[in-house]
Amino acid sequence: MDGDQKTSADFFEVAGKRFTSRLLVGTGKYKDFIETREAIEASGAEIVTVAVRRVNISDPKQPMLMDFVDPKKYTYLPNTAGCYTAQDAVRTLRLAREAGGWNLVKLEVLGDQKTLYPDIVETIKAAESLIKDGFDVMVYTSDDPIIAKTLEKIGCCAIMPLAAPIGSGLGIQNPVNIRLIIEEAKVPVLVDAGVGTASDAAIAMELGCDGVLMNTAIAAAKDPIRMARAMKLAVEAGRLAYLAGRMPKKLYADPSSPLAGLI
Amino acid sequence: MQIILNGEVRAVAQGLSVSALLTELGIDTRKVAVERNLEIVPKSAFETTALAEGDRLEIVHFIGGG
Repeated sequence: MDGDQKTSADFFEVAGKRFTSRLLVGTGKYKDFIETREAIEASGAEIVTVAVRRVNISDPKQPMLMDFVDPKKYTYLPNTAGCYTAQDAVRTLRLAREAGGWNLVKLEVLGDQKTLYPDIVETIKAAESLIKDGFDVMVYTSDDPIIAKTLEKIGCCAIMPLAAPIGSGLGIQNPVNIRLIIEEAKVPVLVDAGVGTASDAAIAMELGCDGVLMNTAIAAAKDPIRMARAMKLAVEAGRLAYLAGRMPKKLYADPSSPLAGLI
Repeated sequence: MQIILNGEVRAVAQGLSVSALLTELGIDTRKVAVERNLEIVPKSAFETTALAEGDRLEIVHFIGGG
């Protein structure tokens, strides 16, 4: 099989569904719904995360996300952003399932407002309850390989360790752990949160991640549409580099031109 | 009678159904989910579910998020 064929057949599978785009994007923090739609289009993403919130009763005619980002075209991945207990997260996702009619969800249970670091005890509790209830759970977690394995064992369909705190744009802080998680996992591993720019996304993919999920890195760029395209290319480039297999690192130089025939 | 709708007190007609309430509010039923006293009201039951005094109702939808 040559490289091109390999790429065209390249996909990852989650909850029995195949996706060819390895870039997943959030739909928050954009200037308006037009910009949201354009950025998502430029990113080439097939899965988009969405939040579940109260309808504005005083003005129900306000434009809704669904009017701009077609749930038939994109796979909506409802999240539990803002939930600090397993109970709140489960409640939110049950409502999401009723609103959307599908089982694939992103679980995140946060520990505190300053770091938005995941509360693993509550995350595990919520994951167990959701899986029992028939949900396909993609789970946001810390970059701890043991916890990642635990979440896989209880039945999560994708493990999503953070690169750095949500919205920080600091890039992958612990590539060693991300690699350890990937090595041990039999379900897709996606870096979720903390990516800042295109090279961060490429590094995640070069480590062997199945995908990258981001929101702020695109939405908070000066030109979100252009950054969305940059991220698309970075994820593709990183994936190709991973499949191609990088050269070994060496301590000293090694000339690229042959030494034989030197005048 | 009074119900708590998305955290706010609201006066509605006695025995109003969930579906009638959504129509009254001008909300597209296809785009929302409804929870009544912490239990989901399935879309198929919007017509037949009558609200009672003091019910706590949550009407939610999808918004932009990461």
